[in-house]
Amino acid sequence: MLLRKLYTPLTIVGLLATFAYSEYVVKPHYHDHKIHIVYWEKWTGGEGDAIKQTVNYFNHSQNKIHVDLLTISDIQDKTLLSVAGGDPPDVAGLYGADVAQYADDRAVIDLDPYLRKYGIKKSQYIPVYWKMNNIRGKEYALPSTPASTALFYNRALFKAAGMDPDKPRDWHHGHYTIEEMDKDAARLTKFAPNGQLQIMGFLPAEPGWWEWGWGYFFGGKLWNGSNKITANDAGNIKAYQWIASFSKKYGANNVSAFHSGLGQFSSSQNGFMAGKVAMEIQGVWFYHYIAMYAPNMLANPKTGKQAEWGIAPFPYPADRPDRAGTTFADEDVLVIPRGAKHPNSAFKFIDFMESPKGMDMLCGLQWKMSPLIHNEPGFYRNNRNRTARFFAEQAESKNVINVPRTGIYPEYADALQNAYDAVSLLDQTPKQALDVVQRQIQRQLNEYIQHEKMRLAAEGKSHK
Amino acid sequence: MNKRKETLTALLFASPWFVGFTVFLLYPIIASIYLSFCDYSVLRPAVFIGLQNYSDLINDSIFKQALSNTVIYTAAALPLGLVVSLGLAMLLNTKVKGLAFYRTLFYMPSLVPLVALAILMQFIFNGQYGVLNSLLREFLPFVHGKSWPPNWLGDPRFSKLVLIFISAWGAGNAMVIYLAGLQDVPVQLYEAAQLDGAGWCSTTRNVTIPMISPVILFNLVMGIIGTLQVFTLPYVISNQGSPMRSIYFYTMYLFDNAFVYHKMGYACAMGWILFIIILLLTLLSFKLSEKHVHYGS
Repeated sequence: MLLRKLYTPLTIVGLLATFAYSEYVVKPHYHDHKIHIVYWEKWTGGEGDAIKQTVNYFNHSQNKIHVDLLTISDIQDKTLLSVAGGDPPDVAGLYGADVAQYADDRAVIDLDPYLRKYGIKKSQYIPVYWKMNNIRGKEYALPSTPASTALFYNRALFKAAGMDPDKPRDWHHGHYTIEEMDKDAARLTKFAPNGQLQIMGFLPAEPGWWEWGWGYFFGGKLWNGSNKITANDAGNIKAYQWIASFSKKYGANNVSAFHSGLGQFSSSQNGFMAGKVAMEIQGVWFYHYIAMYAPNMLANPKTGKQAEWGIAPFPYPADRPDRAGTTFADEDVLVIPRGAKHPNSAFKFIDFMESPKGMDMLCGLQWKMSPLIHNEPGFYRNNRNRTARFFAEQAESKNVINVPRTGIYPEYADALQNAYDAVSLLDQTPKQALDVVQRQIQRQLNEYIQHEKMRLAAEGKSHK
Repeated sequence: MNKRKETLTALLFASPWFVGFTVFLLYPIIASIYLSFCDYSVLRPAVFIGLQNYSDLINDSIFKQALSNTVIYTAAALPLGLVVSLGLAMLLNTKVKGLAFYRTLFYMPSLVPLVALAILMQFIFNGQYGVLNSLLREFLPFVHGKSWPPNWLGDPRFSKLVLIFISAWGAGNAMVIYLAGLQDVPVQLYEAAQLDGAGWCSTTRNVTIPMISPVILFNLVMGIIGTLQVFTLPYVISNQGSPMRSIYFYTMYLFDNAFVYHKMGYACAMGWILFIIILLLTLLSFKLSEKHVHYGS
């Protein structure tokens, strides 16, 4: 009888005890008297290993902070949701292109007070990598690894076509124009007897990461930096005419089918490495990928074999010499999400990552250049990536470009991708396609500005 | 155990579901109604903007394109799925040797996870090296040209068609339900039809279809709900519904608004519009079915 009376309370107590115990088991227990900070990073593979080694170095270099590194897929969504849920990591490794949107959404904190405290200054960085994280005058992120782009060309294919294998680098003392590149691309392009494209000299859609930015190479701009979209300006239209010229020359269906047949970027079936695309715009990371997936393309000092590929600044239109040295700059960044439990310790770790020691270790292990102007002695000399210094110089070009720093960038990039499709499939003229983007995105920007004002007004009210 | 205690015990046992339902379903559903009238980016306070999200949707050309793609897809994939699954079920309801084997064989494709299916289909429909185009080049060489064979998934004229075709791959689930319905049709009705001299067509029209009409209605309603929410396949197969957003569907745009553009209020408004569309189509199906669906009772 007594047992029956106790049955319900015992069940409830048992359930509560189970919850409490499971919480105890799941919660990490540290006995090292260190502050443990959680660092979410998106990278796996070689890049992930480099981050792990750098974090391990930091953990062993001092005895106050321990960084728990977690590899997270879809890091943008998960960071956003973790902030909304009130349980974010202390440090997150986002993409540079995300910073404006995440800053506007108050997902990441303003780092200016920390920068002042730790004496981290703009002058320490290659300007573009600092500028990218500066949203309305405040710094919301700091670089982890940077990148810039250039033209990679397949020397073996140039040679096979009876051309100077280093023409993109040497032509007119390095003043290779887009018109000259197009002529060379036509000579390098090969068809199968059945009419299929076998090799393309150049394909603007490969690797397909910068469709939003081709206009800059022709003097175009995407916006005025505040309230006006300029998607259909003359430079952008010219760029899209150039994109359409490939489809007109080789057939839209043929080009689209050829592109669909190229292998994964990180594989030996990669279009460039497999010898399917003779010239391609690529970034500083590409050397590492060639070493991993097509080591036979690298130079061999022992046998005297020259590299089967070369790099040159991306060419510019003959009538726009002022666009020489145009390069995309991008970076991975470190941010402190809003609501992080240990922001001070998180920044101590970031401070280490931003020091020449930490930055050179990470960038060196990832076979990249450094975003810092002053590095540890021998950083470039010892860098396994023999092109790292070249890309660092590219990033200092006056024509360095990066994604528009606005919260509507994701919509803008999607709209430009859609216009790119329409133009390359010859479904719309460049003007028609870009007029659509102009209308859509100007409307989005107007709404965004209007909503931002409303949000600020509402936040002002709630503060009062 | 008295009645009151019995009810309490039952409620206690059901409480995990009640708590889960309230916290993870009911509250978000109610909140999403309110948020659909707000500018809400998830991390900043929601600002009430009245009907602006709904009026913006009316002027949003991408929304219209996504809606139109979804309607076209549903209008084609839904009847195709119903016919293919019913046809297969009728074939597998005949008395042939190795029936169990055939039933398993035709059901198996629907077990393939959608992401794996998407990758498989990319191999089949790849413009350069795809199985289909290799066959077409081999057997239809006389139409060689710059536009033949097409890059199926990279050509806006064909991409939706391919997706509609792929949708029939999952007919196995509906087929099993039809099969169960077909086996419930009383044999004496077929015998009576046979005695009356009815042929296969007549028997199908006058006996089989009316007797399984509730199953057809069930598959129709489930099909409406499923096809209007198509997501995984086009999401994996394409980049932003490319080419030219030709396979950019309603739920993909909803997802992008919520998680890529951080416009959660707008996404909530889209969610409610989709709910209303599905609700109206379901009610319409029930209304139209009143005269055509025969229940045993």
